[in-house]
Amino acid sequence: MKVHIDSGRCQGHGRCYDLAPGLFGDDDEGYGQVLGNGIVPPGEEKAARLAVANCPERAIDLLEET
Amino acid sequence: MAVDNRFGPEYRDADDDSALFIRNEIITGPVSDWATDFSHLEPEWAADPYPIQDDLRQRCPIAHTGRFGGGWLPVRYADVAAIAYDTDRFSSRAIIMNNARPPREIAPVGGSPPISSDPPFHHEARKLLLPAFTRSAISRLEPATRAFCDSLIDAFDGRDVVDAAQEYAQHIPVRVIADMLGFPPEDGPQFREFVADLLEGINLPTDERVERVHRLFQYLLAQVDEHLARPRDDLTSYLLDVELGGHKLDPDHVVGTMALLLIAGIDTTWSAIGASLWHLASAPADRARLVAEPGLLPIAMEELLRAYAPVTMARLVTQDMHWGGVDMKADDWILLSFPAANRDPAQFDRAGQVIIDREVNRHAAFGLGIHRCLGSHLARMELRVALQAWLDRIPVFGLADPAAVTWAAGQIRGPRTLPLRIRD
Repeated sequence: MKVHIDSGRCQGHGRCYDLAPGLFGDDDEGYGQVLGNGIVPPGEEKAARLAVANCPERAIDLLEET
Repeated sequence: MAVDNRFGPEYRDADDDSALFIRNEIITGPVSDWATDFSHLEPEWAADPYPIQDDLRQRCPIAHTGRFGGGWLPVRYADVAAIAYDTDRFSSRAIIMNNARPPREIAPVGGSPPISSDPPFHHEARKLLLPAFTRSAISRLEPATRAFCDSLIDAFDGRDVVDAAQEYAQHIPVRVIADMLGFPPEDGPQFREFVADLLEGINLPTDERVERVHRLFQYLLAQVDEHLARPRDDLTSYLLDVELGGHKLDPDHVVGTMALLLIAGIDTTWSAIGASLWHLASAPADRARLVAEPGLLPIAMEELLRAYAPVTMARLVTQDMHWGGVDMKADDWILLSFPAANRDPAQFDRAGQVIIDREVNRHAAFGLGIHRCLGSHLARMELRVALQAWLDRIPVFGLADPAAVTWAAGQIRGPRTLPLRIRD
């Protein structure tokens, strides 16, 4: 499982880095950014899904890998 | 160092552009039919707009009014989102629906950038401000905000009933924004007058509104003088110093942004804190749960922001068009109701109920698209700290007199009188 932010849609609401601080951070202007390579470590799946589901701009994709 | 002469007599004595505003007849009084004659300034809307919005969502869903020179009110989440994202056909050159429209030439900058700006200028003006309003920049203000909330509660000592709107919620954003702009904290009562002038006196004669806005700008120019004489580390000195495209900002840009920062953060956050306390005072089970589970506050707060979103924006239609099943004309208003979007059952399960532990909550209380509230991290910090301080210190409280609660009409909705019993 991997998270990705569409920087064209992100407006810096910050829901992702509030809800999943292990996966997302903010840049100098408050826009969300994926920490590291975006691979969701075990135990962080729920946080990742909440970040996706709460993004007002629908800017986060969750790529489910088989 | 060169003298900064941007704010000299040539600037101060110039005519303002209010003569160029397109004015319309002012229509007040009871609404005949909310689908064809809506007005967000009438007491029925202020007291409880949600049943009106729910009804319109069933039967319109885009309501019209001939007041304010003509305007539209979408109440579905999908329509509100589509308009917020379509900055070509819906301009932000005016964002408070009233009886005077600024001329089209004022775009894309507008009177108070960046909230009044359209692309491409909008992005440049917004970029200047974003670093000061990130979550980490705002977190540095948290200890002082908590201490201020505690001092307000200390002053309740010995009393059974307090007005949580006027004696608590109101003071918090005023103090915080005065500190950020570097304005004297004792000027707070004046700020609240400026806010009332701009956001609440909508149906006053236009000349009187112009005069009130003039008073605000005189105050801001005095602050400019003070900061030019004694620069310091605050947002006013920053705006006076910062460059855009290799030049310092136009004086109108500096003062317009100062006006925005002063006005936008006060009524809004005051309303969010007040509405949250009103809900918790009215819903003892939710209050008790938050006291027992303080860790739930971040989730609960988002639900209170969804259900009682304080802020409605406005847009101006840029061209005649058929949109969403209605015929819009250029310069028609759009009353862009994020509160109505937040209660659309097509978007939210049990949209009309407060679900205090709602985990999935894609609400639009801070807007959508490029105009996402610049101060959202500040507002969230203030709301969280204000509720934490209150619940820590006053875990048991309730409405002292439900009939005495009053709500602001207009585009910013929240309690303006909120008597709470804080001791048995």
